[in-house]
Amino acid sequence: MMKKLMLGNVAAARGLYEAGCSFVSSYPGTPSTEITEEAAKYDEIYCEWAPNEKVAMEAAFGACLAGARSFCGMKHVGLNVAADPLFTISYTGVNAGMVIAVADDPGMHSSQNEQDSRHYAKAAKLPMLEPADSGEALAFARAAYEISERFDCPVFLKMCTRIAHSQSLTEVGERVLPPLRPYEKNIPKYVMMPGNAIRRHPVVEERTRSLIAFAEETPLNRAEAGTDSAIGIITSSTSYQYVKEVCGDRYPVLKLGMVWPLPEKKIRDFAASVGRLIVVEELDPFIEDHCRNLGLSPEGKSLFPLEGEFSQNLVAEKLGLPCPKGAALPDAVPARPPVMCAGCPHRGLFYTLNRNKCTVLGDIGCYTLGAVAPLSAIEMTACMGASVSAIHGFNKVRGEESEGKTVAVIGDSTFMHSGMTGLANIAYNQSNSTVIILDNSITGMTGHQQNPTTGYNIKGDPAGKIDLESLCRAMGIQRVRVVDPYDLAACDRAVKEELAVHEPSVIISRRPCALLKYVKHKPPLAVDPDKCRSCQACMKIGCPAISMKNGKAHVDDTLCVGCGVCRQLCRFDAFSGDEKEG
Amino acid sequence: MKTKNIMIVGVGGQGSLLASKLLGQVLLSQGYDVKVSEVHGMSQRGGSVVTYVRYGDKVYSPVIDKGEADLIVSFEQLEAARWLPYLRPDGQIVTNTQAIDPMPVVTGKAVYPEGLIDKMKAAGARVDALDCVTLARQAGSAKAVNVVLLGKLSHYFDLPESAWQEALTALVPPKFLDLNRKAFALGRDA
Repeated sequence: MMKKLMLGNVAAARGLYEAGCSFVSSYPGTPSTEITEEAAKYDEIYCEWAPNEKVAMEAAFGACLAGARSFCGMKHVGLNVAADPLFTISYTGVNAGMVIAVADDPGMHSSQNEQDSRHYAKAAKLPMLEPADSGEALAFARAAYEISERFDCPVFLKMCTRIAHSQSLTEVGERVLPPLRPYEKNIPKYVMMPGNAIRRHPVVEERTRSLIAFAEETPLNRAEAGTDSAIGIITSSTSYQYVKEVCGDRYPVLKLGMVWPLPEKKIRDFAASVGRLIVVEELDPFIEDHCRNLGLSPEGKSLFPLEGEFSQNLVAEKLGLPCPKGAALPDAVPARPPVMCAGCPHRGLFYTLNRNKCTVLGDIGCYTLGAVAPLSAIEMTACMGASVSAIHGFNKVRGEESEGKTVAVIGDSTFMHSGMTGLANIAYNQSNSTVIILDNSITGMTGHQQNPTTGYNIKGDPAGKIDLESLCRAMGIQRVRVVDPYDLAACDRAVKEELAVHEPSVIISRRPCALLKYVKHKPPLAVDPDKCRSCQACMKIGCPAISMKNGKAHVDDTLCVGCGVCRQLCRFDAFSGDEKEG
Repeated sequence: MKTKNIMIVGVGGQGSLLASKLLGQVLLSQGYDVKVSEVHGMSQRGGSVVTYVRYGDKVYSPVIDKGEADLIVSFEQLEAARWLPYLRPDGQIVTNTQAIDPMPVVTGKAVYPEGLIDKMKAAGARVDALDCVTLARQAGSAKAVNVVLLGKLSHYFDLPESAWQEALTALVPPKFLDLNRKAFALGRDA
């Protein structure tokens, strides 16, 4: 069969398909999102976006319990949300196979931390496979189901940015659909109350011993011979590729495809056959610590950093091999941080919050960019939902002084993920908090996924739609109002009034993401240089379409979508465009 | 054959993902081992973006490191300058002359350097610069900048033009095919 150039995530999805997976439930998160998006393109697989990772994992668990091979995918921080079911379904085990993909983001291209998910495999006592290219992403996804059913446990498929978002040649196969397994009532196995769980724990420990024996034999872990055994390298994932790029076949390599549980004899034998033993792994010394526990003395984090991504030059440098260098310009090259897009509906709202000198507790999404100059509006961002929970604690401590100027901002999808429970706390324990839901009618940052408030499912077909206003009212919030963030006067009024009242309130700032295909744009605006007085009021919104050219404001007509927010700031009527609007 | 390294750099939203897809498709059709690495997510919101394309007999690393790039294809001048350290000493830059101010320049915290093309040449790079926006507008849409640039880039490969045309046909929606063919031709002939 011909090989195809496939993204790691696309290959993983193909692996699910070929393995006969028939149920997928996930929450989007870079760099894991495309596995589920691609799986949804196969009509044979039921796919959905769940409100969060915990729900997704539990749904996938229910599906495997019912007898079908199931899957859930998430990014590294999503696994924190799903940690609760994770640790206990390790005890219950599965019926049909269950695979959990978790995608780490070393270097934090699109994440708030760079935690190492391998610790979860060890802590929850579950096997974890780690592919090193797209071909392995496909093959390991298939292998994961075999291991899941053979050892009666969910199995991790661990990705990282460079595997998930790199394309390499991949050989595809056919789908083999196993028959639905019978579901049988089994209270001692599936009801994890203390009396039953106590009996399951030894089963888990025995399973780990069996998995270690498997790790010694499986071709997932392979020793590659080298011509010079002065150095031997243990590695996995993308680090393996950097090592091979630099060393070729010079040094022996133990390439680990299963990073938990780790083999013991295989590692000892490899160590005994080489001089210096070096572990090359991104983030934490996970394999290195295991080697130390075996009584070996590898080099690892004594050479390589705990932070960020590796590369071939880094590996070459640390192994004392030559590495190329390039030229640099004498000038400083200004940074280009990400910004809110031209026409982003979040911009008008953040301008309003900045003008009102609000203390803004933020959340996870495109709108985190509200922290970037010149808006510089957000003062805290931690994790999904934290804005709504944290404003309650913040206001309880500081009282009226902060209640009149503090707001929480959270997107529609993030609110459904983890904001609702925080709002329940505000309504129940009554803090005078103001929550702003930035409803752009899509999950934006991860690339436009539907969510429970949009009315469409993952395939774009009509689906159940949760009405945010009714939901907030039903949760006990009396003051719920909707504003258009393109209307600065209305935003200002809403923020001032809701901060002034002495009760909890929700403002829904509603306008669809400007990048959505169905959103109709207005013609771009233009600045009349004779009217422009160079006051730079329009520069305060940080729109990428506006810059100063020859001392006057200038609109880039390839970027401008005619939202008109800038025109509302101009006191000299210098912006032309559709005069009836704004 | 030693692995060849091409970087496609630009500003998030300029269409570099399509360019890398096309290039990957062309190289694959020539029977090479190919790896293409891109970054999705936050940087696509107007930030600095980079895609690595590597091909040869056997490609290991998905990324390109400093001093390794044979060719840097840039959608914007400042981005070409940013990634210059990744170019190998006698490497080639093919860049759109468009200048897009990054936010620190817009807010007055930084200055957009003058005369970047000459400075990159002075630093030892061979630079082929082209006003792709004007050509893309000629073809029918400013959005076709990426395909104009690919047309220019095609000169630097010893491949038949048919390979590029086939990749365009395979990857571009039929209703935009004429526009993109025109954009490719304008870039190739420029």
